[in-house]
Amino acid sequence: MKKGTIHHQEAFLNHIADRLGRKRRTKGVKRPKWSTLPQWNVYQGHSPEQLVDVLKEQCQSIHTDVEETTIRNLPHVVSEVITRYQGKKIVTWDDPRFEEFGLQSYLEKNLPEQGAEVHVWDENRSREKNIQIAERAEIGITFSDITLAESGTVVLFSDKGKGRSVSLLPENYIAIIPKSTIVPRMTQAAHEIHKRVEKGDPVASCVNFISGPSNSADIEMSLVVGVHGPVKVTYVIVTDR
Amino acid sequence: MGIRIGEKEFDKRVEKGLADSFMRSAVTEAQDRLRTGRLKAAEELGDWESWRDLGEEIRHHTMENLDFYLQQLSENVAKRGGHVFFAETAEKANEYIQQVVKEKQAKKVIKSKSMVTEEIGMNEALEDNGCEVIESDLGEYILQMDDQDPPSHIVAPALHKNKAQIRDVFRDKKGYVNNDIPEEMTRFAREQLRNEFLSADIGITGCNFAVAESGSISLVTNEGNARLVSALPKTQITVMGMERIVPTWEELDVLVSLLCRSAVGQKLTSYITGLTGPKEDGDVDGPDEFHLVIVDNGRSNILGTEFQEALHCIRCAACINVCPVYSHIGGHAYGSIYPGPIGAVLTPLLDEYENNKELPYASSLCAACTEACPVKIPLHELLIKHRQKIVEEAKKTEASERFAMKAFEWVASTPSLYNMGSKAASLAMSPFTKEGNISKGPGPLKPWTEIRDLPAPGKERFRDWYNKREKGGRRK
Repeated sequence: MKKGTIHHQEAFLNHIADRLGRKRRTKGVKRPKWSTLPQWNVYQGHSPEQLVDVLKEQCQSIHTDVEETTIRNLPHVVSEVITRYQGKKIVTWDDPRFEEFGLQSYLEKNLPEQGAEVHVWDENRSREKNIQIAERAEIGITFSDITLAESGTVVLFSDKGKGRSVSLLPENYIAIIPKSTIVPRMTQAAHEIHKRVEKGDPVASCVNFISGPSNSADIEMSLVVGVHGPVKVTYVIVTDR
Repeated sequence: MGIRIGEKEFDKRVEKGLADSFMRSAVTEAQDRLRTGRLKAAEELGDWESWRDLGEEIRHHTMENLDFYLQQLSENVAKRGGHVFFAETAEKANEYIQQVVKEKQAKKVIKSKSMVTEEIGMNEALEDNGCEVIESDLGEYILQMDDQDPPSHIVAPALHKNKAQIRDVFRDKKGYVNNDIPEEMTRFAREQLRNEFLSADIGITGCNFAVAESGSISLVTNEGNARLVSALPKTQITVMGMERIVPTWEELDVLVSLLCRSAVGQKLTSYITGLTGPKEDGDVDGPDEFHLVIVDNGRSNILGTEFQEALHCIRCAACINVCPVYSHIGGHAYGSIYPGPIGAVLTPLLDEYENNKELPYASSLCAACTEACPVKIPLHELLIKHRQKIVEEAKKTEASERFAMKAFEWVASTPSLYNMGSKAASLAMSPFTKEGNISKGPGPLKPWTEIRDLPAPGKERFRDWYNKREKGGRRK
């Protein structure tokens, strides 16, 4: 990747140091040991089952439907959700987990046989074409990379086959949540990203923390579910180990 | 738009606010709802005070090392192929953004909500160059359509408008034919704006917090518009106030958690989006080009002063939602895009005292703001410091009495405000009270009390009033 440019940094930062009444600090600043870390106490020691309960309860307050199933039964459950959404055009990530979780042949064969159009996000197709497909799709399906029980959040890391638009442009969104991805809260996800950064691994260009459908209360403070992003969202929790 | 909005004269703005009964009841209701949400969200955590302590520590450490963290941020953005521009002034920021727009030959810019772009008057600067600028946050979209009506709350910008007024704006400007049900109007906005997202040349966002360690920026939203702005256009420009930064993702977690709970009572908003540079090689959507504009515009003048903590603000508006004065006069009366207690602290610092010397008096010093602040900014103490400074400055020009009393007059001449202010004053005045009389008051009372003792406001009245409100809110 070509390196970017930085303009007017020196004068700007020197001025800040001046205002702070000391010499410029260009290295050696370490985060102090914070005197308290309450974020790590939230749901500490909860079992995976308990975390599933927390997640399910939170989904009720964020207008998100939840299904729980096994890998074996996953195609059946996903097909029920698709029927409920009455979607004929579907877009998914290009993600090996669809195969691992036994969804590939359902998406490639069964669904098209039932008259649905299924598109996979394709890095070899043009940007315009991919966006157009996602924009016309009625349902977007992705996996969750990390799932936050407390806030009912699926965390998605963008990548070549994992376009940002899939979970964004269609009116209905289905997130498949492997039970093993569920952690107590944002703290664990942020810590994981921090560790990767410290190791020198590049963070995905877009990390999405998605908690249910889009909403707004901008008109007379009355809550409207469904604004620019998805209007309806279902999480499908799958027991994977 | 710039930081100043509305009529020049403070008392005229206040009169207007007091006369607008819809606005006042809407504001009170919104405050109640947002405050109740915050209290509930704080209560759930159990140890809210520890969270606030941690928030304060993080903000303090970051501000004390701001030069270091901004350097780290900019180097990491550049490493990922992004371009960084440090802008000392609004003009320089706008010039750079205009230049990018020109290079890209952009005709249409789509924006997600950003206070700093309003502060620097970016929309006007781009429109002057013949570029169309479209606000996509629902509240901002409504205001922009209504001939650039200024925002009145930093989280809910169109709070002062009722749904019938909004329907009329949609009808007059966009040919909307349906009723004034919020769902239907929102649906209409979704359809109208979807095409704009798809056809815009450039997306412009604000930044809730940048993350120094990875060169990332984060956006905290509910509507999904910021995701569209950063996923679809080929060029993205992000504008951030220079203080909106955290060291690592771990601190981002803490501040985002504090922000969501304090602003809207949510555990997390629907979308927290962390963006690092332009899209990576091989990625399909996301911008090809990414520009980060880091804006000073008066902020550095606050560093190293007794007001430095004002820069700790995370723009949650919790202080606004508990402020009894805001409840009476509404956001526009402050004459600044930053209203409420934080606005009264920040505006005279970012703009200038001369134009905003009434603002520090737009407070009953009841300290509810300080108590509500998730990063423990001592807002009411900073307001007192402002008053002291204003009086000192005024003394130099031998106009102390005249000015201090003039600022006090608008409160006194407005019965509801005076009653409330005097009820509230019992708390704030207690350190100055001597046997039921105020012998040495702060701010506007000071010159007066130097001459004679004022009867101290009754102790019970404000508390009664405030407790009633608190309970009323909690019952819901």
